[in-house]
Amino acid sequence: MTEPVLQLAHITKRFGPLVANDDISLQLHAGEVLALLGENGAGKSTLVSILFGHYVADAGHITVFGKPLVPGDPKAALAAGIGMVHQHFTLADNLTVLDNIVMGSESLWQVFSRRRAAQARLRDVAQQFGLEVDPDALVGNLSVGERQRVEILKALYRGARILILDEPTAVLTPGESEALFTVLAQMVAQGLSIIFISHKLAEVLRVSDRVAVLRSGKLVAEAAAASTTQEQLAQWMVGHAVDPPRARPARSVGEPVCTLDAVSAGRGRERLEQASLELRAGEIVAIAGVSGNGQTTLAELLSGTRVASSGTLRLLGEPMPGQAARLVALGVARIPEDRHAVGVIGDLPVWENAVSERLRSSVFSRGAWIRRRKAREHAQRVITAFDVRGAGAASPARALSGGNMQKLILGRALLHPDSNQTNPIPPRLIVAHQPSWGLDIGAVAYVQDQLIAARDAGAAVLLISDDLDEVLAMGDRIAVMHAGHLSAALPAGQWSRETIGLAMAGASGDAWDDAAT
Amino acid sequence: MSMRLEKRATSSAAALLLAPIGAVLFTLLVSSVLVWWAGAAVTQTYGLLLKGGFGSIFALSETLTRAIPLILTGLAVTVAFKARLFNIGAEGQLYVGALAAVAVGGMHGGTGFDLPPMLLFVLMLLASALAGALLLLGPALLKARMGVDEVVTTLLLNFIVLLFVSMMLDGPMKDPMAMGWPQSVALLGDLELTKLITQTRVHSGLIGACVLALLVWAMLKYTVFGFDIRAVGANARAAAFAGVSVTRTVVLAAMLSGALAGLAGAIEVAGRTSYVTLDMSPGYGYTGIVIAMLAALHPLAVVAASVFVAGMLVGADSMSRAVGVPTFIADVIVAASLIAVLVATLLTQYRVRWK
Repeated sequence: MTEPVLQLAHITKRFGPLVANDDISLQLHAGEVLALLGENGAGKSTLVSILFGHYVADAGHITVFGKPLVPGDPKAALAAGIGMVHQHFTLADNLTVLDNIVMGSESLWQVFSRRRAAQARLRDVAQQFGLEVDPDALVGNLSVGERQRVEILKALYRGARILILDEPTAVLTPGESEALFTVLAQMVAQGLSIIFISHKLAEVLRVSDRVAVLRSGKLVAEAAAASTTQEQLAQWMVGHAVDPPRARPARSVGEPVCTLDAVSAGRGRERLEQASLELRAGEIVAIAGVSGNGQTTLAELLSGTRVASSGTLRLLGEPMPGQAARLVALGVARIPEDRHAVGVIGDLPVWENAVSERLRSSVFSRGAWIRRRKAREHAQRVITAFDVRGAGAASPARALSGGNMQKLILGRALLHPDSNQTNPIPPRLIVAHQPSWGLDIGAVAYVQDQLIAARDAGAAVLLISDDLDEVLAMGDRIAVMHAGHLSAALPAGQWSRETIGLAMAGASGDAWDDAAT
Repeated sequence: MSMRLEKRATSSAAALLLAPIGAVLFTLLVSSVLVWWAGAAVTQTYGLLLKGGFGSIFALSETLTRAIPLILTGLAVTVAFKARLFNIGAEGQLYVGALAAVAVGGMHGGTGFDLPPMLLFVLMLLASALAGALLLLGPALLKARMGVDEVVTTLLLNFIVLLFVSMMLDGPMKDPMAMGWPQSVALLGDLELTKLITQTRVHSGLIGACVLALLVWAMLKYTVFGFDIRAVGANARAAAFAGVSVTRTVVLAAMLSGALAGLAGAIEVAGRTSYVTLDMSPGYGYTGIVIAMLAALHPLAVVAASVFVAGMLVGADSMSRAVGVPTFIADVIVAASLIAVLVATLLTQYRVRWK
């Protein structure tokens, strides 16, 4: 075998008592795709951050093309030929594609930008790898798939021979993902090497030559993609065998709980246009779609944090109130998309976060005063019932891991303060926006089981997700959002993965799709 | 060489204890360089500074007198900053509060509307609180409704208010007996606060300020409104999601903040100066920001921080007379201690990596 292009030897990194990377050794060869697989918190991000010079390893060393890599210096990593495509793009929306790509690659002392040369070079690189994009287009006007291409081009323009892609398909439609895989294959054919970070088992097997699995900071397994299975990978990832959560079909669908009739709201990328939808008791309606097609506006409308510009919303037959506190009082359980920025107030203690939605109800306050004992008791019930671990009731909520934070939010939304064993009070409507995003397999199953249990107890559930597997597994009825338009919600049996994928990409389709077919 | 910060997973108890001690040592070290530069003996200078601020009943009484308005402006800033409303205008709010106090309790030919002194006193306090609150209402509404930066509006209002005070002192509120000095008519004698210790200037406003600190602390900790303020300040989007009205909270917190700063003006007039002059506040409103930050926005710590800062300022006056180091050394000490405390707090949460 040839000399590996990249060698990680005995990399160890500690954050206080936490060992994020524990003696990890890996090799990457020319023309190879190595998938780095692991749950959130397994140490994938830390490892690539060390590789790219954002962190300095406590022990171990890295060799690139036979030369040792200077630790803790992104410039040295770039110079050595390592390029990184972050999950959250690092592009300036108000600049052109060319500006974004050239930015940072020219010396500050250079008086004039050599734009013509840059343009020619960009064209060469783009043609070589089949990454066509208009160099004069404003990045703000590009689709998500096109922006990702700009990010990849940025790395290639700087002469990257090793490309790190961090969860690249998280923001893409199935069609766009296929097109990305085609581009990756082309790059590998020309001798580039790729590290592909993901937690989606199917695509890891689809795209990579070799899979390295991380768990709790340790490299637990390495295998050729051709010789392993999804079940095996899942077992390595979590450390035990996993039963995929499987939604049972709804037993009986009840009365309409919430109806939208020709509702429009929001503007720009997140606008919602003339959306109509009926949510009935005892069913899960799943909304598929790539993030940023109006789902946030839909979720905010039903969460009481946005008002419609036209159309009518009704809850339990009455006009739907626009205030969050009144919705909660009427039995609407809300799980927001961004648990850190919207779900909890990180600086406030867990117990205050557990009651924040209902603080104004007479259960938790008397006049101006908070009934602290009642509130703490209820918070403790939430913590126990929903198994919130990692921080006590008095610790700031930001100390919780993502999964435990989500359990806290679920508990706050689903556990009614007056509810008890003899008299359970399930919510009437659940609005769950990306409830399992970024969670590990165990927490995902927990969240999905809770939603199914609430449905079986008679709640109407709206599940908005950009994870097609989740939509297919959970939805009794499925609708698709694209560019602010909501399709009809049809029974799950009438959809296939392909028809949903097509609807997610919109009727017209775009360049990624053309490349995929 | 370059450095960067890495977030610590946990803050150790030792670090939390060592941080303030290190901050004080750093402050003394930095300041001693300046003292040495000014040609004075360092230990002697620090000794005189401490003695001048806290070393006798008289020194302590002067320090506490100076601390009273600082507690109130410190509380005003604390309430606003907790709601992430950066009120830089406590200085102006203090002055309009002082003007309102004299307008109610001093003008009208000293008749006091023929009301009982107790009632008039309460009216005077209400007027000054209202004046301060209304002065901050505009910037708060502009911020909440239109996103106008309150740092700019509150800061610039200070200068407008000072010119307004100047106009009043040379116009409708001018004291005809002041031989041309720009000062307002005096407050009615009945409305002046009693002295806590005879033959000193420390007055019962100190008790009032400490009670207000307790009330603000209890309000923030135990009431729904206090939760709203903390929630909006920590994360306005999450607060709105949980059903808190962000606009209402910001506006009410602004009114409370302005009212506290306005009261500082009334208490100064009633407890110390008797009338309004253009130099009645040597920047109490701005020092309130320093105090709130030193106290890490904790209302009870505001009292301690105010006494510390007041002690440094008063001690520097007497030290300066004895050894000839300029009184500006007090400003340096206060400023250096603020920076040191902020850096120390940062270091309890982050570690520095050199490379």
